Amino acid sequence: MARMNINFKNRVAVIGAGLTLFRRRMYETSRELAWEAAKQALDSAGLTLNDIDAVVFGSAPDAFDGIHMQGEHMTDAAGGYMKPYTRVYVGGGTGVFTAIAGWWHVASGLFDRVLVVAEEKMSPVRPHPQFVFHHIFDPVMDKPLGVNLIWIFALEMARYMYKYNIKKEDIALVSVKNKRNALDHPAAQVAAEITVDDVLNSETLVWPVQRLDISPVSDGAAAIVLCNEEYAKQYTDTPVWIEGVGWSLDTTYWTNRDLAFPKYLYYAGKMAYKMAGIDNPRKEIDVAEVYDPFDYKELHHMEGLQLARKGEAPILTREGVTQRDGDLPINPSGGLLGVGNPIAAAGLMKVAEIFWQLRKEAGKRQVAKDPVTGLAQAWGDLMQIGTVVIMRV
Amino acid sequence: MSVWDVFNGKTRFLEDNMNVDKFVYTLGHGYEKFFNGLKEGKIIASKCSECGVTYLPPRIYCEECLSEITEFVEIKQNGVVLGYTIQNVDKDGRHLKEKVIWALIGFNGVRGGIFHKLVGVEPEEIYVGMPVKPVFREERKGSINDIQYFTKTV
Amino acid sequence: MKLPGTPYKNEDFKAGKIPYVEDKPDARYQFSVGIAMSRFLEELRKGKIIGIKCIHCGRVYVPPRTFCSYCFKPTSKWVYVKDTGIVNTAVVSYIAADRGRMDKPLVVAVIELDGASPGMGILHKLGNVDPEDVTSRKIFGKRVRAVWKPEEERTGSITDILYFEPVEED
Repeated sequence: MARMNINFKNRVAVIGAGLTLFRRRMYETSRELAWEAAKQALDSAGLTLNDIDAVVFGSAPDAFDGIHMQGEHMTDAAGGYMKPYTRVYVGGGTGVFTAIAGWWHVASGLFDRVLVVAEEKMSPVRPHPQFVFHHIFDPVMDKPLGVNLIWIFALEMARYMYKYNIKKEDIALVSVKNKRNALDHPAAQVAAEITVDDVLNSETLVWPVQRLDISPVSDGAAAIVLCNEEYAKQYTDTPVWIEGVGWSLDTTYWTNRDLAFPKYLYYAGKMAYKMAGIDNPRKEIDVAEVYDPFDYKELHHMEGLQLARKGEAPILTREGVTQRDGDLPINPSGGLLGVGNPIAAAGLMKVAEIFWQLRKEAGKRQVAKDPVTGLAQAWGDLMQIGTVVIMRV
Repeated sequence: MSVWDVFNGKTRFLEDNMNVDKFVYTLGHGYEKFFNGLKEGKIIASKCSECGVTYLPPRIYCEECLSEITEFVEIKQNGVVLGYTIQNVDKDGRHLKEKVIWALIGFNGVRGGIFHKLVGVEPEEIYVGMPVKPVFREERKGSINDIQYFTKTV
Repeated sequence: MKLPGTPYKNEDFKAGKIPYVEDKPDARYQFSVGIAMSRFLEELRKGKIIGIKCIHCGRVYVPPRTFCSYCFKPTSKWVYVKDTGIVNTAVVSYIAADRGRMDKPLVVAVIELDGASPGMGILHKLGNVDPEDVTSRKIFGKRVRAVWKPEEERTGSITDILYFEPVEED
């Protein structure tokens, strides 16, 4: 495939990454959490704050941690004091989008070295984040019906199962795999050795969604360091290049969408593949971190990204193709289902995982094949945006 | 012809409120040191060993160099008014019988400060740079209100 | 590798071991429903469902909106759609909006109304449907009809439709 005809000045490398623990409740303030990840990312790249030209920060709705103007609030902790500093926000897609925004800061030639930080604290809102999620829905059509966040996912999952005749057992395999993968992840919140029966016997919230189909509520932070080619060569022998980025939004009228196939991601993926010169994603992508707040979403997103044909992702999963030692490892980190879901931080954790996988620094999580090209993806807003980053060594 | 021309009806309104019980803000490591200090009648700041900047309220990281800060220091309680405002109405717009003076208090060699009430000072006599000091409550529980107010240093 | 962060347990929070401050927000909102949806709600009060057509591409949108997101031109033709439709997808909810367990499970669905363009579904409840018919997927693709509140009780709300129920078909 011909590469996308886009003008950018610099190739962009990832040269460092940092994470905090992901947990249901963290004692640190939002700022203290973000700083921990930012500091670690700088240390891992061997840089200090003096070396950083600009900072990009991301977090999801302010209503979770109860601090409005969250972006401004976080400036100093993210390393943005007296620097060009930007907060980006696309709901659950934010984590990967911070990396995309960091990419264009450097690719444009405007900045040489950029620190990218994502943080989320969902524990402050009481009694439960569900109370906040209620307010993302349309006040005329949806709210008066008593809509619950899980309805929208359940309706999508049911449509997907109906259209492609997918068994719940096959979807549950995703949860089993990811929670097991997370046993090797140092940040993991809900890593566990579970069985398909455990998933099928867990509490039914909104059929077909059961408790073990869902990622948890979490606090946590993640950060990466980006720089241009010149600096990358100076700082490291093992840069990981961001070769493609893509994003796209479907309509906010979610009941007007194709609920069986994530079109928003198909277009986002197409953009990123074209930029990276990828013709056959299934063959050319060696490892992927796709967004998995629900187990069916991993399958949905594999199909949207053309890593599987429509309705084929459950089959690949059943055959073990998506395991760490499989031909197409998916979510070797353990994903949101295993590591946890501090929304924006979870997305950037996925970018960090691909960075470590491609540098072969993932330790016990390292995939069996020799990965050259990896992909990280997130999903959000009113379940309508796909954000994609493609990385290569 | 636009939709609006076709439909000359009334626009409807819907109401809603964000019904969360509360937000719980854990103090974190920096504020915990600060509040524990107030409980003991002390003002605690943090000092970066790399760049020497002293932060009030204390932070566990330095905004200049992003280093970790582990040094917490008690500062002298004599401060100065950096800025002030005089409140004449309450949050519902009703006139207050007694005006309230709010001030940002700075301390020598410290970045930041404490925002608090100023009592025992006439609005006419207050000025930027005026020396002030905190008056602590007898009963303290680790809160910004452990300081009852600031007043002028005589 | 030991990562930074200090988790705490809810038990410790309840036991007063975790220092914190708290605040209760009191944010009240008034939404203008807008031109298209004001008409939509007014029609619901009359027991009718109205959509809107883009004369450029022919799409019939439900709920109505003032512009076509494909053509990016104003929509201009009001059209009534039927109060019957096809179940696109359906689920059984055991939890309420606040995550509490419901006394009785609720079936909700995305329904593609007859007369709207394909894929233009709306969210609503299903009545007289056994949860079994959902989990067996029997209800998927079936035709349903709106059950309205008595006229005098309608207020111009999506809840003027109580629920949709299956249409007996031969």
